[in-house]
Amino acid sequence: MKENNRNHMTLQFAAKSENESFARVTVAAFVSQLDPTMEEITDLKTVVSEAVTNSIIHGYEENPEGIVTISASIEEDTVTLVIEDKGRGIEDLELAKQPLYTSKPELERSGMGFTIMENFMDEFDVASEVGGGTSIRMKKRIVSKKALYN
Amino acid sequence: MNLHMETARHRETLIVRLSGELDHHTADLVRMRMDEEIGREGCRNLLLSLKSLQFMDSSGLGVILGRYKLIKQKGGKMVVSDVNPPVFRLLEMSGLFKIMSIYENESSALSELEVAL
Repeated sequence: MKENNRNHMTLQFAAKSENESFARVTVAAFVSQLDPTMEEITDLKTVVSEAVTNSIIHGYEENPEGIVTISASIEEDTVTLVIEDKGRGIEDLELAKQPLYTSKPELERSGMGFTIMENFMDEFDVASEVGGGTSIRMKKRIVSKKALYN
Repeated sequence: MNLHMETARHRETLIVRLSGELDHHTADLVRMRMDEEIGREGCRNLLLSLKSLQFMDSSGLGVILGRYKLIKQKGGKMVVSDVNPPVFRLLEMSGLFKIMSIYENESSALSELEVAL
């Protein structure tokens, strides 16, 4: 009965910048059942913010008709996040992943989104198709406060 | 909107205090309001005080980098103070410390800026 240990949720929302904070707070609330540390919560909120912002700015180019989907699941002490859009997709993934690279320098983007996601999570994968959308899959093991205090 | 910005002037230095959450949604307004203040006569340096900033992501890094370029063009200096650990990590990761000094609090930043003049 291993499936009983798994918990999951799915969230769908319009590609509007107002929803960035809604998305990260919701994921943080879902993950709180693992009793994460403040640092772990901040890491998760930051990566959700990065991925959702990418979908809004790059995937949908700020068209609010776009839809961003977040699936989060918890299995044992590990959180898996999948953040997807059906937007433009990324032409050159390797280039996009370079620290400080941005396809939109005119918007004062820092080009650090992917670097932050890679650094804050244990696993990080991007799948993207030009014209089809982008899907980011990330995993992080939550050490939790309980483990630290024992 | 979950971001509050307060400004003050100390001689040639503009002090900007940010509290709340700096993300893509709030970045545009912060950018606009800061640029308006930076454009005022007699403003040379910028001290960004982040004591009550509860959240920041790479959109915030973009705002900081953009203001750094602007101040540099004016021949001034930009520094940051009261940085909490999560924001510190982001600044470190992006290499911003290589171009910008960080101070424990506003008064140490201000005295350092004045010595540098």
